[in-house]
Amino acid sequence: MREQVVRKHHHEPLMHIAKRDDMAWWKAWLIRLAAVLIALLFVGVISVILNGGVFFETYGTMFRGAFGRLGSGSTRLLWKFLQETAILLGISLAVTPAFKMKFWNCGAEGQALIGGLMSAICMMKLSDSLPYPLLLVVTVITSVAAGAVWGVIPAIFKAYYKTNETLFTLMMNYIAMQLVAYYAYVNAIPAGSGQIQSIDTGHLPVIGGQAYLLNILVITVLTVVMAIYLKYSKHGYEIAVVGESQNTARYIGINVKKVIIRTMLISGAVCGLIGCLLVAGTDHSVNANTVGGLGFTAIMVSWLGQFNPGIMIIMSALIVFLDSGAAKVADTFYLNGSYADIVAGIVILFVVGCEFFIRYTVKFRHAQKEVDA
Amino acid sequence: MIAAIIRRAILLGIPLLYGSTGEIVTEKSGHLNLGIPGIMYVGGISGVIGAFLYEQACGNNVENMNAVLAILIPFLCSVVGSMLMGLIYSFLTVTLRANQNVTGLALTTFGIGIGNFFGGSLIKLTNSEMPSIVLTKTSGFYSVTLPFADDLGWFGEIFLSHEFLTYLAVIVALVVSFVLNRTRVGLNLRAVGENPATADAAGINVTKYKYLATCIGSAIAGLGGLQYVMVYTDGVWSNDAFGDRGWLAIALVIFALWKPTMAIFGSFLFGALCNIHNYIDGLGVATQELFKMLPYVVTVSVLVITSMRKKREHQPPESLGLPYFREER
Repeated sequence: MREQVVRKHHHEPLMHIAKRDDMAWWKAWLIRLAAVLIALLFVGVISVILNGGVFFETYGTMFRGAFGRLGSGSTRLLWKFLQETAILLGISLAVTPAFKMKFWNCGAEGQALIGGLMSAICMMKLSDSLPYPLLLVVTVITSVAAGAVWGVIPAIFKAYYKTNETLFTLMMNYIAMQLVAYYAYVNAIPAGSGQIQSIDTGHLPVIGGQAYLLNILVITVLTVVMAIYLKYSKHGYEIAVVGESQNTARYIGINVKKVIIRTMLISGAVCGLIGCLLVAGTDHSVNANTVGGLGFTAIMVSWLGQFNPGIMIIMSALIVFLDSGAAKVADTFYLNGSYADIVAGIVILFVVGCEFFIRYTVKFRHAQKEVDA
Repeated sequence: MIAAIIRRAILLGIPLLYGSTGEIVTEKSGHLNLGIPGIMYVGGISGVIGAFLYEQACGNNVENMNAVLAILIPFLCSVVGSMLMGLIYSFLTVTLRANQNVTGLALTTFGIGIGNFFGGSLIKLTNSEMPSIVLTKTSGFYSVTLPFADDLGWFGEIFLSHEFLTYLAVIVALVVSFVLNRTRVGLNLRAVGENPATADAAGINVTKYKYLATCIGSAIAGLGGLQYVMVYTDGVWSNDAFGDRGWLAIALVIFALWKPTMAIFGSFLFGALCNIHNYIDGLGVATQELFKMLPYVVTVSVLVITSMRKKREHQPPESLGLPYFREER
């Protein structure tokens, strides 16, 4: 009885949330790992309900779907896995400097697509008039420039008029998609089909007989460069300061407008480069779905990887694994292909949610009492 | 002819109106819900599942079906489905303080996945040749219009020939506008979106408002998916058919400057812009693709112009997209 009275008197809530001090890195990773595992368990349970299959079979199938039968020496799916991881990682790297600056570049999809479109145009229009090496240089430069332009337009308006960049970049995606659709109708191969099926000329060179090796190498280099740029260069420092507080940045003499515009130039340019790799390197064709939503997935990868290129490698690999693995599960158990989207969605939502337990701690009233006593 | 164009524009605009009204309610609480495209898919497929089960229960025979139930079951399923999505979003962003953009995008992937997955599974259940589910019977109940509209010429065609979900969309937008601008609840909600710390200090339950605004907003947006399936496509669900209308709805929020009444006219205008290429003679298929760009270009222009004019009442809610943590100083 008495206790109740005392509690009423204090009006102490049942629990409250407090910010944690920095958690040991291995503890944070344990939490994230646990989140992924719980999410996968959840996915497994759902799969069993849907297909009535054996629980553990799901995971084995996922693994086979992502990597193929490695035991039998087949590396085709492994290469595909590496390629998809590399492209996703590349776009994630592209958006990271912008995100670190708290500029929500949701337009990677469009920036990569417009880069790819320029590649396609160069491959189709210039291959007769330019020698091959020069053509390659021109293709890469125009693609990169196109991506940069697509990225810098919202940045200029953000810097000078504070125009909301999330919405602006989002809209730019669809403008790029319609441009591609338009171009595909005008320059269709074969003519009149409304699509560009396959461009024969101006492909990027194939290294070592592996179609995907060039992309993987380029993006490996890009990862290292981006990690150094963000961590050790003066630009990287400026980006971090602007992201933390624009007022502080101004106070210490950083030209905020310049940093915003420059960073988005870089972000868009890298997206354009990835578009070029996709179109001139692997697809040799372009349509509105060439980037296929990777621009959006990249946002999640960059955020989940805490803007750290090293962690982003793991995150891209995880998402590609889930995607191709779940597609295989869907295929094996006669489920619909969209099963993969659901799996990816669930895992990402779990990982996003688990960050809470890394950054905050929940303190219950009882715990408090004991401390007081 | 003109009346027909306007009628068509309204029909096309209604999913966008539901979507943007829902998003406005959510954004007024300071949450930029990029999950709306996914939520609208879920709203659509939940309605389809409800209608499918009811049609099955009635032995696929119209005569066994009760008009009220045929409308109410899909409607409630749609509302519950999209509210659950809203609940996931608000649990993650409000309680767990996850990043809104990331959560929203993940929810969109998830929602579109759910829509196509259950759509595909139902298609398999029906053993049909076509990659779609046909719910013409339920759609028939949704497409009832006023009987005397045809007798009133162009006036009837423009104003009276619509299905009830169309009128409901306009009514919902007007009610939301009234609540936001003329009631205490609306004032509190706007305060939460502008400055949650101040609202909190004034004794407003910030968490409650954010949760309710997101869930109610999601439910409204989900109805857009329902209208699309039941009215626009006459009860035919095919995967991915809803397309990027969800993103257009988010664009419409900017176009409407966060005002539901503006969204009504904006949605009709967007409907017309989406459709205009069908009415201009002599356009090639290629140029049509360029015309489909119009709604996005218009949105970007509005976004730029309003930010350049810097009028206070035309700006997004001050703390849009920012998490609120009471104990942070």
